[in-house]
Amino acid sequence: MSRFKRKGKGGTPAISTASLPDIVFMLLFFFMVTTTMREVTLLVKNTKPFATEIQKLERKSLVAYLYAGSPKKRLQGQYGGQPKLQLNDSFADVTQIAQWVETEKEAINEAERPLMTVSIKADRDTKMGLITDIKQELRKAQALKINYSVRPGEIFSDQK
Amino acid sequence: MARREAPEINAGSMADIAFLLLIFFLVTTTMDVDKGISRKLPPIIEDEQEKPPPIKEKNVFVVLLNSQDGLFVEDDYMDIEDLREAAKEFIDNFGKNPLSSDNPNKAVISLQNDRGTSYEMFIAVQNELTAAYNELRDEEAMRIHGVLYSELSKDDKKEIQKKYPMKISEAEPVSLGG
Repeated sequence: MSRFKRKGKGGTPAISTASLPDIVFMLLFFFMVTTTMREVTLLVKNTKPFATEIQKLERKSLVAYLYAGSPKKRLQGQYGGQPKLQLNDSFADVTQIAQWVETEKEAINEAERPLMTVSIKADRDTKMGLITDIKQELRKAQALKINYSVRPGEIFSDQK
Repeated sequence: MARREAPEINAGSMADIAFLLLIFFLVTTTMDVDKGISRKLPPIIEDEQEKPPPIKEKNVFVVLLNSQDGLFVEDDYMDIEDLREAAKEFIDNFGKNPLSSDNPNKAVISLQNDRGTSYEMFIAVQNELTAAYNELRDEEAMRIHGVLYSELSKDDKKEIQKKYPMKISEAEPVSLGG
């Protein structure tokens, strides 16, 4: 019976890679949709605490971010280990907040300036002393809407 | 002369191009989502004359956090697990207990922290207090409309917000020590 005779040489045939671009494109779109552009280079540690009662920040363009925490390991030799405030791409003193708020407000459409929200992204090991100072400066600068940035999850959920 | 068919474009490098884009997005973006606990800071009062009216002591729920992350509620030590219930009881008192708040509109939660309190503990307490209000709002929404607060229309939400206004005051900075 020669009907079932194998044609050509034996061995496994090459796997078709024709659908590879499709798979990669799918991954690409997934990441494009779920992630956001990095806005600043983080100079501080930023492990945010957990909370359950969270609200989503609606309008990205109305949000200004400030970061607080101890400097990253590689920067500790230069800046020390004490928690610091980061504005834009550099460390800053709390007294610079008023100036920073002004600049951020300038970037927002005039009618919407009162809606500006300051998102405080602080590391969970930061002491409240620094946060309180930041809050006082924000009050002085008339930036009263704030948002404590957290990760969704039960409180202390990675320590129990 | 017969028209020649256009040769097929080689799509073999499509995967490489897509990979390149993928890696670019992986590097430049973060998964970071903007979620958090929203608060409104009180404006700084400069005029002595414009002092806010005094609030009766029984309408204030004092929450203290010391530098060792110890939680004190109305001068008593409390575990964070019990804070939510205690806050709910205080807000929803309606004069039942003469030492607790008159009604949710008058109830104010005052949260004070030391400079040495950790941010994590502060957020945990903020979370529990917010949860107390959210649970009360949910219960009220269930009672009146039969659905959860988050599923209500904007007007209904406002109505319930009016009944249970979230009054959490982050007091002026003080040093509590301890």
